[in-house]
Amino acid sequence: MNKEMTIHRDDTAARLGMWVFLFTELLLFGGLFLVYAVMRHRYANEFHDASQHLDTFIGALNTIILLTSSMTVAMSITAIQKNDRSMATILLLITLLCSFIFMFDKYLEWGHKISIGLYPGSALMETLKRGDLLFYSLYFFMTGLHLLHLVVGTVILIIILVKIRMRLIHADHYVLLENGGLYWHLVDLIWIFLFPLLYLVT
Amino acid sequence: MADEQNNHPPPSYLVNTGKYKGLLGWLTSTDHKRIGLLYLFSILVFFSVGMILGETMRTELFFPDQQLYGPQTYNAIFTLHGLIMIFVIVIPGLSVVFGNFVMPLLIGANDVAFPRLNLFTWYLYITGVTIVIISQVTGNGPPDTGWTFYAPYSTQTHTNVILAVTGAFVLGFSSILTGLNFIVTIHRMRAPGMSFFKMPLLPWGIYATAWTQVLATPIIGITLLMIIMERTLHIGFFDPALGGDPVLYQHLFWIYSHPAVYIMILPAMGVISEIIPTMCQRKIFSYKAIAFSSLAIAAVGYFVWGHHMFTSGMSNFAIWSFSLLTFLVAIPSAIKVFNWITTMYRGSIDLKAPLLYAMAFIFLFTIGGLTGLIQGALATDIQVHDTSFIVAHFHYIIFGGVGFAFFAALHYWYPKMFGRMYNERVALVAWIFLFIGFNLLYFPQFVIGMEGMPRRYFDYLPQFTLAQQISTIGGYILMIGFIIMVVNLFSKKGPKAPDNPWGGSTLEWSVPSPPPQENFEHTPHISGNPYDYK
Repeated sequence: MNKEMTIHRDDTAARLGMWVFLFTELLLFGGLFLVYAVMRHRYANEFHDASQHLDTFIGALNTIILLTSSMTVAMSITAIQKNDRSMATILLLITLLCSFIFMFDKYLEWGHKISIGLYPGSALMETLKRGDLLFYSLYFFMTGLHLLHLVVGTVILIIILVKIRMRLIHADHYVLLENGGLYWHLVDLIWIFLFPLLYLVT
Repeated sequence: MADEQNNHPPPSYLVNTGKYKGLLGWLTSTDHKRIGLLYLFSILVFFSVGMILGETMRTELFFPDQQLYGPQTYNAIFTLHGLIMIFVIVIPGLSVVFGNFVMPLLIGANDVAFPRLNLFTWYLYITGVTIVIISQVTGNGPPDTGWTFYAPYSTQTHTNVILAVTGAFVLGFSSILTGLNFIVTIHRMRAPGMSFFKMPLLPWGIYATAWTQVLATPIIGITLLMIIMERTLHIGFFDPALGGDPVLYQHLFWIYSHPAVYIMILPAMGVISEIIPTMCQRKIFSYKAIAFSSLAIAAVGYFVWGHHMFTSGMSNFAIWSFSLLTFLVAIPSAIKVFNWITTMYRGSIDLKAPLLYAMAFIFLFTIGGLTGLIQGALATDIQVHDTSFIVAHFHYIIFGGVGFAFFAALHYWYPKMFGRMYNERVALVAWIFLFIGFNLLYFPQFVIGMEGMPRRYFDYLPQFTLAQQISTIGGYILMIGFIIMVVNLFSKKGPKAPDNPWGGSTLEWSVPSPPPQENFEHTPHISGNPYDYK
């Protein structure tokens, strides 16, 4: 029969699907946290020393930036529920701005490390103590994978922003924004774990 | 259960009514039934390839010393055989074929929750397979690590590991999205009145599997990424020379790959739970015990991975715990076996192909399960570790279990899928070949494994010759059986199938064979138990 009759919308299903996907993402990082725990246990002293060389200020700044961006995404959902399109747009633009500042900070941070020859596969890395080598490897791998998720999240939010401007997302149909927001919270949440594990715990 | 006659019966899903005709109509359709068939034929093709690879290994082993090819080729072939059979056939296997085709029908839904995502998983699947194939013909030769990619060898060998690992990663992604889709479908799309405990048992199996897919697959994803990083950037998570830990790799690998066994077997158990009550016209014995045991297997099965590593170096406490948990996970499996057999007791047994395959499943799975306990026990595992005993055990579970359940499901739902009957007599002949060939092929491996025949060797001592030859002959009988089965099913059109050839009581039998594009003209309302027999 004709398909149009049965094309139905189930926002709960879409949200449930997103949550299940987030479980997957958490376990993806979970594998890395497991490796981190094992290596930290084995090379406790070297991990302690190596983490001193990370810039806690930039790390803390990025944490604040991401927390702010999570808040503005949540607020944009409320704005859409009240059908306040321009407010939702502004809030999403602030979120995107935060994301770009985060990426810029990462550029400064990584750029500094790379300029002194500290990056995976470099000649300097091979000469380090095994614990230091593993710490910096994990640092680049974990923050790199997180950055990848941040970029994906940013692209999703840009698409959502365009759809809001095109009035495809509105007060009666905003599940995509909710799911984009959920994904953004995940990016934030993972950073909240990465920051203390890599920068603070000594 | 709509009886009213329609003047214009809706076209079946096999009829093209969409924008595209022919093959393109199939490749762009988001109908769960069509996607199920796409997966079915992909799997049958890849299974044939994997089986031929296996047969060449058996031929190589017919005599001691080199026959067809040398050790390096042998290593590459068993790696590819494992990659195809595990990642391409049995992990998606029953879930993507019958989960797609039958599960929405069983729960009274018109499709899955995310039909486009569903089609996307098939394309991801084909992409993954393509990458695995490319890894065989490019770079410095096909990978020779075995399907397990054990570090540090996998980080050091010059063969084309990176591409093969990438292929497995993509296949895993496809598997996660299928699981996600089925979880949401089962939560949101059951027919009105169908509570979880009025749901047939195949959806229960699919549901437990789907959670395992979602929660375990990302671990192998990140592990495979680490292998790639280690090979490209010398990061050294697993290479002891760089400070890493190869046993950590084994842990991470089996954290996924043991639950993967339950990803394979739970839908198989679901299929058996559908076939036995119908073919015996008997209410399933202890429905709830079967449903809960699926969840119990999925939950406990997540924590038994260490039994693959008893000889790898773990603390005694870890070894004892994993051994205990391994024995525990056997209990829900045994509960299912007893329930199936009790269901058959005093039933009116109709000994047709689906039931023959289902009974073969119970027999072979029980042998596979009990020999699994020999490896779960700490002392005996040291004796049989890395011998052909292991090979025999997991083929009894994976082929004797999942494979035979797949064949059972294929015969059981064949009339629903294609609207035609297969030839019962030929099906019986194929079953006899498959059953005898299977046991001849794998049972001798138990015996010579106990006597010390190592696995993954292309050569062996002369005293194993007789058993190896019986095995090889069994392999050829098995292949003949498979060919007869496929020819019987797909070479010519059989007589038209009735809507309900087996007298089943579940919802898929209430719609025409083959089902219309919209499965149910009127949304079914459920009030009772799915297995409404005496």
